[in-house]
Amino acid sequence: MSKNSLGRELPETWRGRTLRPYRDPFSAQPEGPRVARPIRRVNPGDNKLLGSLREAIEASGLRDGMTIGAHHHLRNGDLVLNSVVKEIAALGLRDIGIASSSVHPVHEALIPYIRDGVISHIECGVNGQISRMVSTGQLDVPIITRTHGGRGRAMMCGDLKVDVAFVGAPTCDEYGNICASKGPSACGVVGYSHSDADYADCVIAITDNLVPYPAFPISIPQTKVDYVVKIDSLGNPAKIVSTTTRITTDPIGLQIAKYAATVIELSGLLRNGFSFQTGAGGASLAVAANVRDLMRKQAITGSFGAGGITGYFVEMLEEGLLEALFDVQSFDLKAVASVGRNPAHIEMSADMYANPFNAGCVVNRLDCVVLGAREIDVNFNVNVNTESDGTLNGNTGGHADTAAGAKLAIVVAPSIRARLPIVRDEVTTISTPGETIDAIVTERGVALNSKYQALAPDLRRRGVPVKSIIELRDEIYGITGAPRPIEFTDKIVGLVEYRDGTITDVIRQVKG
Amino acid sequence: MLHPRLRRSLLYVPGNMPSMLQNIPIFPSDVCIIDLEDAVPRTEKDAARLLSRRFIEGYTQRNKELYVRINGLDTPYFRDDLAQILPAMPDGIRLPKCEHPSHLRRIDDLLTEFEEYLGCEIGRFKIIASVESAQGILNVNETARASERLVALGFSAEDYTANLQIDRPKTGEHLVVPRQLLLMACRAAGIQAIDTVWADASDQEGFRRECEHIKVLGFDGKSLINPRQIDVLHDVMAPKPEEIDYALQVVDAIRGAREQGTGVVSLGGKMIDAPVVARAVRVLLSAKSLGLVDTDIDERVIYGDADA
Repeated sequence: MSKNSLGRELPETWRGRTLRPYRDPFSAQPEGPRVARPIRRVNPGDNKLLGSLREAIEASGLRDGMTIGAHHHLRNGDLVLNSVVKEIAALGLRDIGIASSSVHPVHEALIPYIRDGVISHIECGVNGQISRMVSTGQLDVPIITRTHGGRGRAMMCGDLKVDVAFVGAPTCDEYGNICASKGPSACGVVGYSHSDADYADCVIAITDNLVPYPAFPISIPQTKVDYVVKIDSLGNPAKIVSTTTRITTDPIGLQIAKYAATVIELSGLLRNGFSFQTGAGGASLAVAANVRDLMRKQAITGSFGAGGITGYFVEMLEEGLLEALFDVQSFDLKAVASVGRNPAHIEMSADMYANPFNAGCVVNRLDCVVLGAREIDVNFNVNVNTESDGTLNGNTGGHADTAAGAKLAIVVAPSIRARLPIVRDEVTTISTPGETIDAIVTERGVALNSKYQALAPDLRRRGVPVKSIIELRDEIYGITGAPRPIEFTDKIVGLVEYRDGTITDVIRQVKG
Repeated sequence: MLHPRLRRSLLYVPGNMPSMLQNIPIFPSDVCIIDLEDAVPRTEKDAARLLSRRFIEGYTQRNKELYVRINGLDTPYFRDDLAQILPAMPDGIRLPKCEHPSHLRRIDDLLTEFEEYLGCEIGRFKIIASVESAQGILNVNETARASERLVALGFSAEDYTANLQIDRPKTGEHLVVPRQLLLMACRAAGIQAIDTVWADASDQEGFRRECEHIKVLGFDGKSLINPRQIDVLHDVMAPKPEEIDYALQVVDAIRGAREQGTGVVSLGGKMIDAPVVARAVRVLLSAKSLGLVDTDIDERVIYGDADA
């Protein structure tokens, strides 16, 4: 066992992998060239359209022990991964790894295949029943959670080898041009699959909307796609994107949003050229609403909005408050409609979004990001991976990536959720290191990390209660009491990998 | 004489809901009123008293005035309300259905008894009373002068319209007379006037219009049922830049006069009397709460040793 710089105990190795402890956000250096996928040749007249998923799996050369890629753009409406694994099992293959960009509750259909040994490991964050069962020892499948940028990096560096990528393609032609903004399962963009298309040995586009050549606008081009398969349905459209994403009406959420917007206003970053990202949660959108009002009032034109894009950001683009949107994942129908027709609404790969080891990713250009949290500790470390009972339930997503990149990383959270203190002595799991978080905003006050301490007097003058993180914790504990520690066994069921491949934390099996 | 304390926003919080009570320190209203009356069903009166008492006892870092709306004097509950709540030391009591000056005198006597029993200063517990009926409006001039503890009168349009057997349109033309009468009585008695709640929390536009209306009429504040209404109300009540400028000049003048040891204050050759000072202080407190001025206002320096 050794400790990383966050004080977390890590084994030297885990399941044959040597673990590199997290040290700091920026010093880990890559070595060597990036990996390459095999060169191929497709001649005039060659056919890429295959008759079934089974044919495609056979053509891909997938064998026991290999790893498949997928994306989570269809979110909890996704039927692709379940269909693919079902066919893999029917072909008698075993010991397959899943390297999707996220696994959702809908994928609990995979549980029997995990039990039978068809699926042997998962290389992404997991939500829902699978993660709960793994955390409580009812299911044995190792899980490595990665950030969105970290997934791209891992594939680029060869840490994550995807043998066959199955890319859900909302619209596709027979030659493999994938268009994500059209079709019954339109999800806007497929930003998480670009790295699969670049690095997987074989890329299969799976579509329920096969159109005459050429399909466009092109998300992933024909040059990277080996085979095309048509199936009946990629997913349940009602669960793929939200019809609308809404701003919270909860007074506590609105109070938090007001404080967060004041931090942004006084940070000095809110000026022409301002760049901005928020999550799609109601409170994050309320921050965006406040910032939008400030931009209108002060006649500020921002440069870009980034990340998962909502209709809210589309409205800001169309109103001229932002010059462009970088979209890695479209969250609602408005975003899907916009990306297909507005050239200033740009599809962005996860690599371009957040990979720390390319020649410069978009998060490095962010002025401000507003993030959520399950728990926050007194060192500003944030947990987004595990629940209050210690079970894994979630992907790090772009959390750690944007926190590292943005000049001002704000975490917004209610101080108490269902009797539990959100600011506490220790978080269950460190997903995002505190040294990359600049401000914690709760309805009880704002805690500033070292970089922005100087804002305190101005914030107080504007009626924002600025407190030390210790004062904030004490105030909250005064209401909730200190939580009893969760008991874990020594068994490590998952890793929390930072964007540079070092390990911020491990996930242990919950006792009981 | 009108005290300069800001009472723009008086937010009701149900006394039987711990999840709401715990947020009282967070809401940016000038006053919170824990409600033991209409918001609390009969079967939960005792639990609400205990919860509210515990909350008030633990709320040591007071950042706003805290009142408790007790049940009416015509109910069997108000004595237990007082007995449970007053030992926790709220700033005062909001008395509902105050239709006659005798109601105020009765509650005043009871508060004095409690103050003697608790060993605290007589007059410590303030009263904001609500006028809720036609008879109450007709008596309002006497009611406004019935107790030294009375810092404000509130108007309750819901009960008033029920009493008059009329609807309550959102436009408010049917409330012109009671509002004006209550306001004049308050001004004549030197206390503050608080307007009725706006019941439709989802209609923020309508709420804003009503706030603008009551600001023109001259109300000092408004009772609120939803925290989302606070910012809108404060925004409407925000002083204009020229009002702030004038208030700053008044405060400078009075500071200067105090430094020179003279009680006579003049600005630009004109005498400044106490109500003008009080108004200037309120303008600056309001401006400061909205971050429009930096000036710290020490009420005692400017205004002498006023309480209330």
